[in-house]
Amino acid sequence: MHEVGLMAQAVEIALERAEQNGGARVHRLTMRIGPLAGVEIDALRFAFEVVTQDTAADGAELHIEEVPVRCWCAPCEREFQPGDYVFRCPSCQQLSADVRQGHELDLISMEIA
Amino acid sequence: MPTDGGATMPTPDVSLRDGATAHRVLHLHERVLGKNEQQAALNRKLFHKKGFRVINVLSAPGSGKTALLERTLTDLRGELRGAVIVGDLATDNDAKRLQRSGAPIVQITTGTVCHLESAMIARACEQLDLDAIDLLFIENVGNLVCPASFDLGEGLRVVLASVTEGEDKPLKYPTLFKTADIVLLTKIELADVAGFERATAHRNVREIATRAEILEVSARTGQGLEAWYHLLRGMVHAHA
Repeated sequence: MHEVGLMAQAVEIALERAEQNGGARVHRLTMRIGPLAGVEIDALRFAFEVVTQDTAADGAELHIEEVPVRCWCAPCEREFQPGDYVFRCPSCQQLSADVRQGHELDLISMEIA
Repeated sequence: MPTDGGATMPTPDVSLRDGATAHRVLHLHERVLGKNEQQAALNRKLFHKKGFRVINVLSAPGSGKTALLERTLTDLRGELRGAVIVGDLATDNDAKRLQRSGAPIVQITTGTVCHLESAMIARACEQLDLDAIDLLFIENVGNLVCPASFDLGEGLRVVLASVTEGEDKPLKYPTLFKTADIVLLTKIELADVAGFERATAHRNVREIATRAEILEVSARTGQGLEAWYHLLRGMVHAHA
């Protein structure tokens, strides 16, 4: 359970960027999370409310874009989206360790005023 | 048009809402763990400059990280100059055990933090003579979830799973096992007693940690340790 710590870092970055850009309030924060980031979305939402309290982001809306894992299959020369954590190419059944998407734990944008 | 699942709709830079309040959209595109990743890159640079290899050792609590490292350091004493940075929430019990090997040990107590971060490693390194090390082990906090996302600047990740934890550990904790370069099945001397099915365990590791090397070891009996030492020697000599 490290979602509170991660969210504290995320909000710290957001508040810093808001201040640098002359924003007095953060109204909305958009993040992108992949399944391999190892975080629970619900825990992140809870943490967001806690760590934004009494800051310029108090009451802000948290928008989370969940993106799926995408792997590269070298023999087939194509990307595929695995159905679970076994990254097996649906065409050739080979396992892939070449992950092209799914580790995201990113701040995408925010709305300030 | 197919979506890539991650695309955002283009947003105007300035939009007016709530009457006169101007809401502006700032595009960030930053990693939340950016700071940790920057420090990890600095650590990696320092390790490279000093010419030693670094292994991040991860597992659940009680899988045998400390026992393996104590035995490894003791067996390789005089051959490889090992050192350990060990992280725990509380106590320096592990450091005391590891010190019996004669190797330099730095204990980090993280308090409530469930993983090690790259800045903690940088600080711990200040307590070590970095010119007198061939191999630095970082014994992470016993946890199969949180440490997965924190790069410490290591060259290799070793994940341990003991036979008493069952064959399906990699399936239960895929995000961490997927980052493993080596998976050690520990306490292998207990495999029969624990009813541990080796073939199933190997298959599960292979499906999740596709590129990882799998070794069966026992820090108690020494079974399988020669293969582990062979790997360590190979790392150090490849670097020299």
